[in-house]
Amino acid sequence: MSKRIVTIAVGAALAFTVQAAQADTLEDVKEKGYVQCGVTEGVPGFSNPDENNEWSGIEADYCMALAAAIFDDTSAVRYRPLTSTERFTALSSGEVDVLARTTTWTMSRDTQLGINFTGTYYYDGQGFMVRAADGITSALELSGAAVCIESGTTTELNAADYFETNGMDYNPVVFVQQDEVVKAYQDGRCDVYTTDSSAIAAERSKFADPSEHIILPEIISKEPLGPSVRQGDDTWLNINRWTLFAMINAEELGVTSENVDEMLGSDNPSIKRLLGVEGDFGTPMGLDKDWAYRIIKAVGNYGESYDRHIGPDTAIGLERGLNALWTKGGILYAPPIR
Amino acid sequence: MAKMQQSYVRQEMVQDLPPPPASSGFVGWARRSLFSSISNSILTIVAALFVVWAGYHLFHFFILDAVFVAEDGSACKLKPGACWAFIWDRMDFFIYGFFPKDPYWASTDIFFVSAFMEYWRINVLFVIGLALLVPLLIPSVPGKLINALLFFIPFPILVIVLLNGGWFGLELVPTEKWGGLTVTLIIGLVGIVASLPIGIVLALGRQSKLPAIKTLCVVFIEIWRAVPLITVLFMASVMLPLFVPENMTIDKLLRALIGVALFNSAYMAEVVRGGLQALPRGQYEAASALGLNYWKSMGFIILPQALKHVIPGIVNTFIALFKDTSLVAIVGIFDLLRTVQNAAGNDLNWGAPTTSVTGYIFAAAMFWVFCFSMSRYSMFMERRLETGHKR
Repeated sequence: MSKRIVTIAVGAALAFTVQAAQADTLEDVKEKGYVQCGVTEGVPGFSNPDENNEWSGIEADYCMALAAAIFDDTSAVRYRPLTSTERFTALSSGEVDVLARTTTWTMSRDTQLGINFTGTYYYDGQGFMVRAADGITSALELSGAAVCIESGTTTELNAADYFETNGMDYNPVVFVQQDEVVKAYQDGRCDVYTTDSSAIAAERSKFADPSEHIILPEIISKEPLGPSVRQGDDTWLNINRWTLFAMINAEELGVTSENVDEMLGSDNPSIKRLLGVEGDFGTPMGLDKDWAYRIIKAVGNYGESYDRHIGPDTAIGLERGLNALWTKGGILYAPPIR
Repeated sequence: MAKMQQSYVRQEMVQDLPPPPASSGFVGWARRSLFSSISNSILTIVAALFVVWAGYHLFHFFILDAVFVAEDGSACKLKPGACWAFIWDRMDFFIYGFFPKDPYWASTDIFFVSAFMEYWRINVLFVIGLALLVPLLIPSVPGKLINALLFFIPFPILVIVLLNGGWFGLELVPTEKWGGLTVTLIIGLVGIVASLPIGIVLALGRQSKLPAIKTLCVVFIEIWRAVPLITVLFMASVMLPLFVPENMTIDKLLRALIGVALFNSAYMAEVVRGGLQALPRGQYEAASALGLNYWKSMGFIILPQALKHVIPGIVNTFIALFKDTSLVAIVGIFDLLRTVQNAAGNDLNWGAPTTSVTGYIFAAAMFWVFCFSMSRYSMFMERRLETGHKR
């Protein structure tokens, strides 16, 4: 009896999920008049309330870019802060239209949760921080070091794997909470602090003297962070995918929010196609011809967004690294608009 | 000698000698309470040293080493004390959350309106709410009926109209943008105002002679009391959307409000039931003997006495409820505590080792002010309603 009830409940839930999947998100969004964007509860540089109490960061920029492409109005976004446990349910139940919430693109998430990742806006990975005074310049010199780690995370496993494969000894000093880990490192209970490199940079900026600590160049895990949408709505998937690609292509072509109006007169056919001067790439997606122009005008290209929120001039101060364009030594690469 | 002189009987009382100096006044009190034995003396000295030591450090942290005025966190990095400048700088976030900061009226060129920003809507509500609540709580102020009606019917409507906007030319502010103290107060007040009447009804229902009503109330109370509030909020936030059609989204804040109100009404029901059971049977019988029907005997005889008995329990539940509002943070609602945590942990302008401690102290102080006021008010009501029933 109870089994049957469970079956019915699951069936009903599935029925609704399927119904949700078949919905035309773009139509819904246009009808509502805004994009409902699932963001973090606060990760500096990615999505975080700024001093004006508005969401800002590269994820917020991405949401605004979507709104610009659809409505030509960056304020047509509503942010929904989500905890990591509720994020996927919120997306699949239709509470948010897109999830841009420091979510690592993994195979199981992409194939099992009824969602699709649309790209990568930040290639993160686990890194190491040490005190500059120790004179260490590479993670391969860390043999025998005491390492402060958050317990029960992939961080812990990654570190174990790394030291194992490189035949080095290490001494894990494990804590349950992130701030305890940081405190222990500050108090000198370990030589190394390890977690995702973007988080290391953010934590370091809060130190009394950040310049006394350096982040080692080695990245020991792959954490591609990208936006995701519900499966089964290809139009919406395309819009999301090409919003990001447009920002990356704009950087590659040197189109910025400042020079975009001059660039309308450019002779470069790639720029002409990007800005909708030549050809119409917006209509097939259900958008207007000048969709990318609007994005760049309002939000800027990828590099501008990066520099505004996590680049070297910000408090976080992260170099582009992997996130540089493929032409500049990174792996950021967007298919051409043609 | 007609009168015999009674020389052996004193005519007047001998004046009392003062107590020995060592047993009266401060010295006597100290000897009795602090230094009555060797072990007590040692404990006293140790405790006194601890108080001095702690006081010295707290004074340094809170005042001497604290940073009161600063542009950003760099000043706080240099001093080991509290970073009050951070609290001051982000105060608007802690109170108003994400409420739009930019002046909606700026385009109208009316200076005195544009100076207010959208915050005026919340400020107006704070003022009206206080103006209605304070007289309601002071027993000697007349017009309680009108006052209560105003507070419970037009005021909540005004709250919704003003906060949410979208009417009368007000900018629409969806609930995702509500936050900080505003949200904490909304959840706390709605929870308190809803849980008491629902709790009373449930408590009465639980004592009902009608099996259907009784069973319903018992099941409701026992289910809600047996589930942690975090689970309730989590179900409301994560599971509920899976079971309703996609087009029908119930507002997240509303879901949390309903969850908190129902959860606490179950607790309230048990507190009220305690009061009902404490009344002697004679009171029930006397009410029946007067020929009062059920509602009249409850309204005039039973409940006034029962509730008076359990004021401490009721206020205890209110205080617990008010503090539990901070749990909504786990479903991504930015209440007071969450805004403080967020700004302290993630605002890199104010990144300094002392920022987050300062933030937590501030949040604790805010909660303390509200809870302590509630506790004091309940003691006042207890004394006022005291009719010699205490044994």
